[in-house]
Amino acid sequence: MNTLKLFLAGFCSLLVFAGSAGAEKSYDYPLEDAYAATIIGTPNAFKASLPENIKVKQLKMTVFPDRKTPDVFWYQDKLRYSLAYQKKEAPLIFIIAGTGAGYNSSKMKMLQSAFWGAGLHVICLPSPTHPNFMVNASTSQMPGNSVEDAIDLYRVMDLAWQQARKKIKVSEFYLTGYSLGAAESAYVSKLDEEKGLFNFKKVLMINPPVSLFNSVVILDGMLENNIPGGIDNFAEYFGKAMTRFTEFYEAHAALDFQDDFLYAIYNENNPSETGMAAIIGLSFRISSSNMLFSSDVLNHAGYIVPKNLKLSSTDSLTAYSKVTGRQSFVDYVDNLFFPYFSAADPGLTKAELISGTSLVAIEDYLKSAGKIGLLTNSDDLILAPGEVDYLKQIFQARAKIYPRGGHCGNIDHKDNVAYMINFFSN
Amino acid sequence: MLKKLLKSFGKIVMMVAVVFIFTSCASAPKKIDPQLPVTPAKHQLSDMNPDIEYAIADAYDPWEGFNRSMYNFNYGFDKYVFLPVVSGYEFIMPNFLEDCVSNFFKNVGEFKNLTNSILQFKGGASVKTLGRFIVNTTIGIGGLFDPATKMGLPRQNEDFGQTLGVYGLGAGPYLVLPIFGPSSLRDTIGLIGDSAARAAVYDWIDPMENVDDEDSILLGISALEAIDARHLQSFRYYEAGSPFEYELIRFLYLSKRKLDVGNVFGKPAD
Repeated sequence: MNTLKLFLAGFCSLLVFAGSAGAEKSYDYPLEDAYAATIIGTPNAFKASLPENIKVKQLKMTVFPDRKTPDVFWYQDKLRYSLAYQKKEAPLIFIIAGTGAGYNSSKMKMLQSAFWGAGLHVICLPSPTHPNFMVNASTSQMPGNSVEDAIDLYRVMDLAWQQARKKIKVSEFYLTGYSLGAAESAYVSKLDEEKGLFNFKKVLMINPPVSLFNSVVILDGMLENNIPGGIDNFAEYFGKAMTRFTEFYEAHAALDFQDDFLYAIYNENNPSETGMAAIIGLSFRISSSNMLFSSDVLNHAGYIVPKNLKLSSTDSLTAYSKVTGRQSFVDYVDNLFFPYFSAADPGLTKAELISGTSLVAIEDYLKSAGKIGLLTNSDDLILAPGEVDYLKQIFQARAKIYPRGGHCGNIDHKDNVAYMINFFSN
Repeated sequence: MLKKLLKSFGKIVMMVAVVFIFTSCASAPKKIDPQLPVTPAKHQLSDMNPDIEYAIADAYDPWEGFNRSMYNFNYGFDKYVFLPVVSGYEFIMPNFLEDCVSNFFKNVGEFKNLTNSILQFKGGASVKTLGRFIVNTTIGIGGLFDPATKMGLPRQNEDFGQTLGVYGLGAGPYLVLPIFGPSSLRDTIGLIGDSAARAAVYDWIDPMENVDDEDSILLGISALEAIDARHLQSFRYYEAGSPFEYELIRFLYLSKRKLDVGNVFGKPAD
């Protein structure tokens, strides 16, 4: 009986394997579900092997010497970034982090290792939506406006290059970014066409949103629409999840929170799609609340924190965190982002402001710029219906679209890393 | 003796911390800029449904002012004292020697794991821990290597805070300790209990009976243990970049400890 089952299973998998081999040149990223891929990433067996001990310096810079850091952000006194360097002359690549991520987020470190291993100098920069960038390097301190964020990024890249050139020899410049950082790379590349400081030879966009606004509506919805009874029931929902998780954890006494821990949970428990969507939504909400609170305090906007109240380094922020946790990114746009930019330009409509944050606004440039490549997945969760086709149509042969991986879940898969390195070395 | 050393070390830490808190209070900026009137925020907590519970932000933290000062103190201690020493250590020591040091102290820690497994009536874990200690002390040359894990005897972390939790004692108030970092009243009692038990066993065995410089050798060993512990811990204060890092870390610490204690009567521990 068992032999028969085994034989049937083997036979079926052979059939499946043969079918997929023909269609997809055996891309072996294992997670079929886009939500699971986004959360779990790439299981160890499928990861690219990356160098471990890389030569990297953690650096800081002051962007605006006259700007005073508010006491509540006392630990964000300088902009933090990193330089991984080669001893001989090599190309220099800048990497821009995704929404809410710092220069040393796990994806940034992974990309840094991959490009350093390929022989490049690497400068990692935080996302303009990260509080460290907002406090130190953002002009408006109201992130999301792609044109303005690109100007801020370009200034930081210039300063970082001024510091780095004392130490390294550079042959040419490359640029990349993942998620929101990918969209920003396109805007920075366009700005560089005018300014000419770097003349980027190649630019790679990894899992970009087409429209920032569409993407944040999707991500906000993942939290708000997937909790039974709505977001106000989050604590109860979370408590139940915790009980189940504790049972799992107790049943696996030896299991530590190590690599493939989430993959093990996933394989044994078959979590529901709604539950996984809620986790992604929660993670995004934490990033967006950090951003919303920071922009409110830095602009004295009086939305969550009373106007003109100076918070000290030890004041409790718990009450503010409760209120900000219930604010969506769309609330940020309506209550902080749009009022700020419409105050400067009274004729501006919200629709105009939002369309200015999408790739559609620079599509002519993207169509014509042969140096820009795209790497994404056909099941990327931050893309609205039709946006994958839009990207295919804009980038044509410069688009590499994998069939699976969700949002950045396959970023460290061996094929993806090989594609990235190959893109820049040709 | 170890007890004396622990005490004097504790005293120094407390003194530094107390001085820090007083000075930080004295120099705390005024909340209200006299030039500008403070106006209520457009969106406040009082506008929200009072019945809502907050999974992340709600925590029993009556000593929050003290805790936040201590959190900031730990950042400074890390930045100016602890991490520079640890990175010097990492620079000097070859990686495999670092691992030997870690294994050694983990093997010493098996005593804590064993006593607490027994106190929690965990038969399987107790047997595994005892097996680990014997294998690693003998084949692993005094605990410098960890062949037990490869032989299918993984480490079972148990401490007295957990034991008290299994007995039904709640976590009590959240407490940020100097240098040690996030804890709770229960886990702090546990930490003291585990240290006292270890010191008692040390006194009983008294391995350095005939050594002249016992105190300075012990101080060196304690310092190495602290450096090794920080070396193994990748957490860095204020690296998350979130203005709500204090709340997030509090939540993560308390959740992880609930998980460690396990389900008591079918529900997660308090």
